[in-house]
Amino acid sequence: MRDALRRWLASLGGSPALPLTLDRRRIFVLPTRVGLVWGVALIAMLLTAINYTLSLGFALVFMLAGLGQVALLHTFRNLLALRLRETPPAPVFAGQPALFTLWLENEAPRPRPALQLTMAGAGPVDAAVEANGRCTVTLSLPTTRRGWLAPGRVTLSTRYPLGLIRAWSYAQPQQRCLVYAQPEAGRPPLPVSDAGRAGQRPQGDGTEEFASLRDHRAADSPRHVAWKAWARAPDLPLLTKQFDGQDGGELWLDIARLPAALPLENRLARLTGWALDADAAGLRYGLLLPDARIAPGNGPGHRERVLRALALHGLPA
Amino acid sequence: MMFRRQRPPMAPAVPAEPLTNTRIGWLMAVAACALLPHADHLPAWLNAVALLLFIWRLAQWKLGWAGASTVVKALVVIACCAGVTLTFGRLFGREPGVALLTLLLVLKLHELKSVRDGHTVVLLGYFMLLAAFLYSQTPAVAAVLFGSMVVITAALIALTGPPAPVRALLRQSAWMLAQALPFMLVLFVLFPRVPGPLWGLPLDAFGARSGLSDSMSPGDISQLSLSGEIAFRARFDGSAPPARDLYWRGPVLTSFDGRTWRQGEAARRLNEGTPHAVIGPRIGYEVTLEPHGKNWLFALETVAGLPLGARVSDDWQVLGSEVVRARRRDRFESVPTARPGREEWSAYLETARRLPPDGNPRARALARQLHLDAGSDAETVDAALRLFRREAFVYTLTPPLLGEDGIDQFLFDSRRGFCEHYAGAFVFLMRAAGLPARVVTGYQGGERNEVDGFVVVRQSDAHAWAEVWLDGEGWRRVDPTAAILPSRVERGLADLPAGEPVPFVARADLGWLRDLRHRWEAANNAWNQWVLSYDQQKQRELLSRLGMAQPDWRTMTAWMAALCAVIAIALTLWALRRQIAADALARAWAGIDRALRPAGLGREAWEGPLDYAERIAALRPDLAAELRTACTLYADARYGRAAHAPAVRALRTHARALRRHRTPPRT
Repeated sequence: MRDALRRWLASLGGSPALPLTLDRRRIFVLPTRVGLVWGVALIAMLLTAINYTLSLGFALVFMLAGLGQVALLHTFRNLLALRLRETPPAPVFAGQPALFTLWLENEAPRPRPALQLTMAGAGPVDAAVEANGRCTVTLSLPTTRRGWLAPGRVTLSTRYPLGLIRAWSYAQPQQRCLVYAQPEAGRPPLPVSDAGRAGQRPQGDGTEEFASLRDHRAADSPRHVAWKAWARAPDLPLLTKQFDGQDGGELWLDIARLPAALPLENRLARLTGWALDADAAGLRYGLLLPDARIAPGNGPGHRERVLRALALHGLPA
Repeated sequence: MMFRRQRPPMAPAVPAEPLTNTRIGWLMAVAACALLPHADHLPAWLNAVALLLFIWRLAQWKLGWAGASTVVKALVVIACCAGVTLTFGRLFGREPGVALLTLLLVLKLHELKSVRDGHTVVLLGYFMLLAAFLYSQTPAVAAVLFGSMVVITAALIALTGPPAPVRALLRQSAWMLAQALPFMLVLFVLFPRVPGPLWGLPLDAFGARSGLSDSMSPGDISQLSLSGEIAFRARFDGSAPPARDLYWRGPVLTSFDGRTWRQGEAARRLNEGTPHAVIGPRIGYEVTLEPHGKNWLFALETVAGLPLGARVSDDWQVLGSEVVRARRRDRFESVPTARPGREEWSAYLETARRLPPDGNPRARALARQLHLDAGSDAETVDAALRLFRREAFVYTLTPPLLGEDGIDQFLFDSRRGFCEHYAGAFVFLMRAAGLPARVVTGYQGGERNEVDGFVVVRQSDAHAWAEVWLDGEGWRRVDPTAAILPSRVERGLADLPAGEPVPFVARADLGWLRDLRHRWEAANNAWNQWVLSYDQQKQRELLSRLGMAQPDWRTMTAWMAALCAVIAIALTLWALRRQIAADALARAWAGIDRALRPAGLGREAWEGPLDYAERIAALRPDLAAELRTACTLYADARYGRAAHAPAVRALRTHARALRRHRTPPRT
């Protein structure tokens, strides 16, 4: 019921999808609890002023009533014409918080202090934007399952300056966060590259043939570093040996080879863990799933492809 | 607060935010601002307790002392409640209420845990400001208290906003209050005023003081207090009668015990209907009476037209229906030439002849002699007045004290005194001669303020005179003081014989000072008339003068709502004008793009203003200078701190120039 009300409010003034500029139709204002108590106190003060015919008491009460009206305007203005944009969230492993980063852009020549952003299902985050400035706000959402995680509706609110009035607006980030399967903890070691045991060999003949040298990258296995070349000329950057064809470290991560008794999620978790291990070890590894086949490879891009396939296996896109 | 445990009705719960040290500092300032105006009327012990608790909290804040424990606070509450009950005799009412609020506020300072507690302190602070108006509403107090309001509102901002310098918060608070001012003015003028208290007020609701009393003992006072305080102000429909004719009637004293004159039975009996029978040319006027704690109203003799609810006693004193606890304004009509009581009850006349059986033998003998020589009652009156004029009587504000047979002593020995002595002695003589006579007290004269035309009557204008009843004529006013010192009733105290102490405000020689005083008092009077006494009647008067046909509460509320809406809209437009200016900047920037796009020199979506200028400068060196200036202008206004409005104007000029030159020059 309450959520339906919020959905309806959020749809006023057009879709709340980001990127978004908060115009007046999207901003809602209501008194806060302090504001309500303030109202009750004003009525009490008005009665006192009437009872004792205090002319200046009237003036004081009316001044405070006017102040409430001014607070409404100022609180409203603190949100008005603020721009919200989003950046694609980085993939995370299930169990880690998914981080949704929003940009708040203030094109007005006055600062916007004391803003608060809340995403459905996450705690509030405070923010403030400088005059003519911008800032990022990161909202974190807990993750439990692999797959796509859609961001919740964001409520952007402020009580500044007097705390009597709360102005708020809704925004709906569009970019989903990819949640990888959680790597199995205490998983068995990698089924290392004994071809017969570890996996099939769908292509290549396994001859380990040195092909070329290239610049060293941090992720390269130390076993592939051209140590001899480095010993000859220590001033030069490290080089990594490139091998043609599949070397002995080539590995197929095949879900079909895991015990069928293991539930699907656990098998995916184990493969995810292995993929990380293989990546850390600098092995070339491929992935075989009933609905996907990724040729052995190496490097961050490859790693991401493998993890993504594992994360989305069996799920609607 | 009762709301403490409730879930917020519409806003999600804010986790109880702890108070930062800066915010606590602000709340201490709130308490100081709210409590200081009350220091002069709270009992001394409570001031001491409040000060101690405040200093303790200050030390806790600044020096890191330990805070008050719950036990200590509970003990303080119990002790102070007992103290309040002992001091005021009760726990409710205005004075004890203010005392308890004070206590609550200082104790709350020791209970500051979350922002919510801070809000409680702020609301209490506002309430204490309102309570301070119960005691004084002068312009100076108003200025100080509205200054305090700026501090309290700044504290409210500090509770919600990010840390900011003190000056910035004060400025923002003052700025917001300035924006609230138009609302205040509209509401103040148009909010339908309800007359009178809504519920019974405790007796101490208003302070009371009066220059007159309901008894008079001439020999007991050796120095007349001459307070320059204003008793009331009068505004006449036409021009004011001369000062010597202005006798403002107060309590009438009929009973005499040889020493003291007191009000008699007739003072409490109401005279039904008689004022309407007074015949003669009437003068109308309005009296703004300061509160004095009695139900006496002051009108010129002889009163003929009364405000609603006012009555006249059998003594012809005007009485209000209730004690005058607040400044009030009434309309009267009087016939100065008329004499009341032509047909007086014989029983009343009998009491007006009564004297104590013995005492003052010389005065009695003198009276009998006068009456015998004169032959008629009217002649007796004249003979007595002549006596006062002929003998060496001296008017002085510092007469000697009189002992037993005071009237004899005064008439034959000391012969020094002020109005009370003369009036008392004269009435005694008349009664001793067998004529009904009575002492009338009240105010005589008044000073016309040339600035606003009001006649101001002060406590120092308090006076006593006599009335003698003559068959066929009624009560004739006789002022024996005027017989010895005519100027006293013509020009007031300023003309006293040399050497007499003259009240500062009544001195005639300092003309510029008098002028200054008149201006100051006219300003005060305007404040009283238009701000403090702005009541239902004044409101209707003002609104009709402004052209409102039927100023009832419906019309007023409608106007109030309409005007508030107009102010709100105006304020909104004004507050968002920079928003509008910002949009104007975007439009002006788009104008540059529109000017160059037809020539194929449009800006790419991903290009920043400076990159764009450089790209086009390479393509079209002839446009480079113009475009670079425009793009820098835009970048400074959008991303820097440059003002928008001039940038918008300059960008428009640049756009026009670029449009003119966008076709490449033929070479």
